[in-house]
Amino acid sequence: MGVLVKEAIDVPPKGGFNFDLCRRNEMLLKKGVQAPSFRKTGTTIVGLVFQDGVILGADTRATEGPIVCDKNCEKIHYMAPNIYCCGAGTAADTEAVTDMVSSQLQLHRYATGRESRVVTALTLLKSHLFSYQGYVSAALVLGGVDVTGPHLHTIYPHGSTDTLPFATMGSGSLAAMAIFESKYREGLSREEGIRLVCEAICSGIFNDLGSGSNVDVCVITKGHKDYLRNHMLPNPRTYVSSKGYSFAKGQTEVLSTKIMPLREKVELGRDV
Amino acid sequence: MEDVNAPHSMGTTIIGITYDGGVVLGADSRTSTGMYVANRASDKITQLTDNVYLCRSGSAADSQVVSDYVRYFLHQHTIQLGQPATVKVASNLIRLLSYSNKNMLETGLIVGGWDKYEGGKIYSVPLGGTLLEQPFAIGGSGSSYLYGFFDQAWKEGMNKDEAEKLVVKAVSLAIARDGASGGVVRTVIINSEGVTRNFYPGDELPLWHEELEPCSSLLDILSSTGPEPMSI
Repeated sequence: MGVLVKEAIDVPPKGGFNFDLCRRNEMLLKKGVQAPSFRKTGTTIVGLVFQDGVILGADTRATEGPIVCDKNCEKIHYMAPNIYCCGAGTAADTEAVTDMVSSQLQLHRYATGRESRVVTALTLLKSHLFSYQGYVSAALVLGGVDVTGPHLHTIYPHGSTDTLPFATMGSGSLAAMAIFESKYREGLSREEGIRLVCEAICSGIFNDLGSGSNVDVCVITKGHKDYLRNHMLPNPRTYVSSKGYSFAKGQTEVLSTKIMPLREKVELGRDV
Repeated sequence: MEDVNAPHSMGTTIIGITYDGGVVLGADSRTSTGMYVANRASDKITQLTDNVYLCRSGSAADSQVVSDYVRYFLHQHTIQLGQPATVKVASNLIRLLSYSNKNMLETGLIVGGWDKYEGGKIYSVPLGGTLLEQPFAIGGSGSSYLYGFFDQAWKEGMNKDEAEKLVVKAVSLAIARDGASGGVVRTVIINSEGVTRNFYPGDELPLWHEELEPCSSLLDILSSTGPEPMSI
């Protein structure tokens, strides 16, 4: 009988994730050592099923603690020609896990000769996340249309999944879910669906500090997809200095100058 | 605001009872991440084989993984055996995984089904990995409120309708008192004829002490152009 994970006693673990550094990190935190802050996608991501397929939406703000480090990042990741995945949580984790499963899906397509199915991507993602016991901090909204129809799933960092007609994840998920719960119905048309997704993302952008900037939308139907990057730009830069932003030489006083060549340039004479 | 990284757990009320001719499994539908309801319509009764179903409680991820592994093992077992697996074998496989990984897993499970040798059977596999055959079993955080109820209301030899009514009544009582249970009531009836799935929306459940009639907001009459909210 195969065991899922070895028991945590003195036997050295063979393969699988080594959690020793996690224990060390917790001990360091208790001692007061500050952990380096990592880039999180604060995020509002949503997905809904409409009459012809699925629509995914996401905001475009990436944060490092209180600082916005990327005002226009891409949170809707490509998995397969008919499957896309929105990612919330640590940016590196969502990128890495979606890239990895996307490659695995492509190899699987070559081996089977068929279009990828959403449940395949779902199983690959959930088994990877479960084996890392929640330490890979990726919360995903996976959507796509395959031979069995349109599918929408949410995947949590610990590896559990839900199958839903509409879903929201990320720090802005409560704001977006409020919009969906009041306005979603089955059998939405494409325009109504896109409008509802934009409304939900905007609700996250304006009411959640971790989400902001623009709205990305991805519409997936049978045999066709529309990746609408920056479909809405509700936060344009309003102030632009009339004087311009170029600073000519001579405006700052130079006190001293020292030029150091980085590499010695050796001149060879003609006859050696 | 709840951390998205809080473990996804099913507060839950799950029930499995035997009746004369089969079993009835019942569950609520709430999955919570901390204090936020992540899924208000989840299906906690998952299929292992054509004749054996599983009620899941505790950590959503752990229970999904265990049920996926056991479904896979049972499928192989059915092919090798040449006939449908028995409820006893299914529950034993659950128990072997739960017990040997008891340090890592946090999931309480109720296995129920019908086979031609023993008829309808319910097996309970709670947190440590014990295997317990019982005429009825309850589990999850909401079950605390049902021990006294079942001591009084349970009787041998019920028929199918009495059994299902009892399960729906019990789950709705637990939903009324347990904050971590809610949503809809799902039941699965398994007997020699096959499997029947039923669904009872939250607003059609009986009302208990101090519970009020559901009432739409009066704001609905003001906005007559808006689309109907989705009913669950």
